Amino acid sequence: MMTSDSPLLRIEDLVLHFRTSKGSVRAVDGVNFGLDFNEAVVVLGESGCGKTSLARAILRLLPRNVEDFSGRVFLNGKNVMAYKDEEFRQKVRWQQMSFVPQAAMNSLNPVLKVGDQVAEPLIFTRGVSKQEAMQQARHMFQLVGVPEGFLQRYAFELSGGMRQRAAIAMALVTTPELVILDEPTSALDVLTQANIFNVLKHIKENMETSYILITHDIATSSELAQKVAVMYAGQMVEISDAPSFFHMPLHPYSQKLLNSVPRLHGDKEPDFIVGQPPSLLSPPTGCRFKARCPFRFEKCEQEPPMFMKDGRLVKCWLHA
Amino acid sequence: MSDTRINHTGIIDLAQLTDSGPTQDQVLLSIQDLQVWFELRRFGFGRAGFVHAVDGVSFDLHEGEAIAVVGESGCGKSTLMKTILGLYRPTRGKVVFEGRDISEMGRQDLRGYRSKVGYIQQDPYGAMAPFMTIEQVLEEPLLINTNLSRSQRMQRIEEVLTEVKLTPVGEILPKFPHLLSGGQQQRVIIARAMMLNPKLIVADEPVSMLDASVRVEILRLLRGLQESHHLAVIYVTHDLSTVRYFSRRIFVMYAGNIVEKALTQDLLASPGHPYTEALLAGTSDPDANNAKTYKAIPPGEPPSLITPPSGCRFHSRCPYAIKGLCEVEVPPEFKLQSEHLAACWLHRKAEV
Repeated sequence: MMTSDSPLLRIEDLVLHFRTSKGSVRAVDGVNFGLDFNEAVVVLGESGCGKTSLARAILRLLPRNVEDFSGRVFLNGKNVMAYKDEEFRQKVRWQQMSFVPQAAMNSLNPVLKVGDQVAEPLIFTRGVSKQEAMQQARHMFQLVGVPEGFLQRYAFELSGGMRQRAAIAMALVTTPELVILDEPTSALDVLTQANIFNVLKHIKENMETSYILITHDIATSSELAQKVAVMYAGQMVEISDAPSFFHMPLHPYSQKLLNSVPRLHGDKEPDFIVGQPPSLLSPPTGCRFKARCPFRFEKCEQEPPMFMKDGRLVKCWLHA
Repeated sequence: MSDTRINHTGIIDLAQLTDSGPTQDQVLLSIQDLQVWFELRRFGFGRAGFVHAVDGVSFDLHEGEAIAVVGESGCGKSTLMKTILGLYRPTRGKVVFEGRDISEMGRQDLRGYRSKVGYIQQDPYGAMAPFMTIEQVLEEPLLINTNLSRSQRMQRIEEVLTEVKLTPVGEILPKFPHLLSGGQQQRVIIARAMMLNPKLIVADEPVSMLDASVRVEILRLLRGLQESHHLAVIYVTHDLSTVRYFSRRIFVMYAGNIVEKALTQDLLASPGHPYTEALLAGTSDPDANNAKTYKAIPPGEPPSLITPPSGCRFHSRCPYAIKGLCEVEVPPEFKLQSEHLAACWLHRKAEV
């Protein structure tokens, strides 16, 4: 498997099910993938396919109604799933990996100065002095391109793009090796989006950070992607290097997804995917995409394994 | 000219879309030097200035024509739309619909006007009362604006729902909005806008809240309705990549002004205004090579509309700014081609 040469992060059989009044929601249902040092992986998929739950499972930021949370997550070769919650908090979260949540711009505390919030993770996790932490926060603000003066301001005084950059600065202040970004630009304008991606690229080059970028915006995801993982109904259906993926995706779902993107250039007419993703309460047996797949055949009644093809992984019988 | 531009697969023929002119059609909506300012008050009384949300916008929209208004948040595009809908009063200038200034209309006329203009909101869920069933949501405009009987109303609802492809109708009607998917919710909103057979539809970012996989489906539906009902549509968006599948002309707005007006294909091929150029550069197509390069984007952020910059409002961010000209004088609209206007001093040799 590809996971063996993924020294920074390796995820094996990760499962996260939620308990609800209607039954168990299988948001993450046996996910395997890996990530190298200074690499950026993009996790693509429609809403409701379990992308955000995957991020929360990796970071162990779980709600109360968890029914099943299992699997192995190796970070730098250590299985951090074996850690107790407190140990995980002290050693892993915001030390080795940090998080930029969805709508991060609205996740800032409105009654604290932005600078104090950005410095806070350092004070809590490393126990450095406030002064030192502020110094580092100032450095991070320079890096993400927000004027230093804004450290003394409140969140409402910043524009959306600046708030998003402040949230990124907060994730970077402890210099983690891995940053998980959940839809970092979905609420932002075109030019602000382009600017945030410039910032992320710059940081990747200068701080050698790795990213897991979770998004449904395929076009902008290509700004960062070195590797693409496509998720469907709680499972990974394709894991591929970015150039091959954007050139020719293997899984029928990935193909449909890429075809649905409106483009500025070229004559290709975008198409939509008929139907909706299945409910995660009772996912279909066999291949989970079969009801929407144009290439469906008898074999699809059985669940396909991950097939290896030209160094890419695809969960589809067409590539058996 | 009903369905001619859509072939049997429902795919829009781009070539036909771009050369079909609206010239034979009458002007439906005319915006004349429109200004919408909001007063800022200090401590509840003392005047603290104005927000120049829309500052001198003019254009004509013909019957059955689809146009797009593109711009970033805070450029005044939503204020412009709400003024067209009659929700804000113009500070100066006029909104003329079928030859009549809407700010001179009385209560009764205004109600008639609003039944001819449909509004598609950005957030479909937020646009419906959560305690009303889809049936109640769709029946409301008919109850208020028509004197159809109950059975006639139900017939009309069924007709429109079939048209927006929300079937089986019987299953949809008793549901509450939260039980529908995002795409279905947006179809209900489109159905509600179509309920009174409007002549103009204002669609404010109709697909920005939807998943990529259903965006195209909704845009196609809108396009189909526009063609078959000969509707005029104003499509407001910040996403240039969806515009080319939808509208004949594009207006680009920046800081309360329209800085460029052009046919869609001309604008994409040769943008006339540096801001349009930046927008195009900032929009990505899915391509693995994107990860290797940085995007050239103008520095800074859109200016405050309380004290807009002098001269051209884009001058402080513009890579081509001409010293002594751009920051001093407001550029007029220069004509680059027929139907291609750009308010930029770079084209000062062209005629105004």
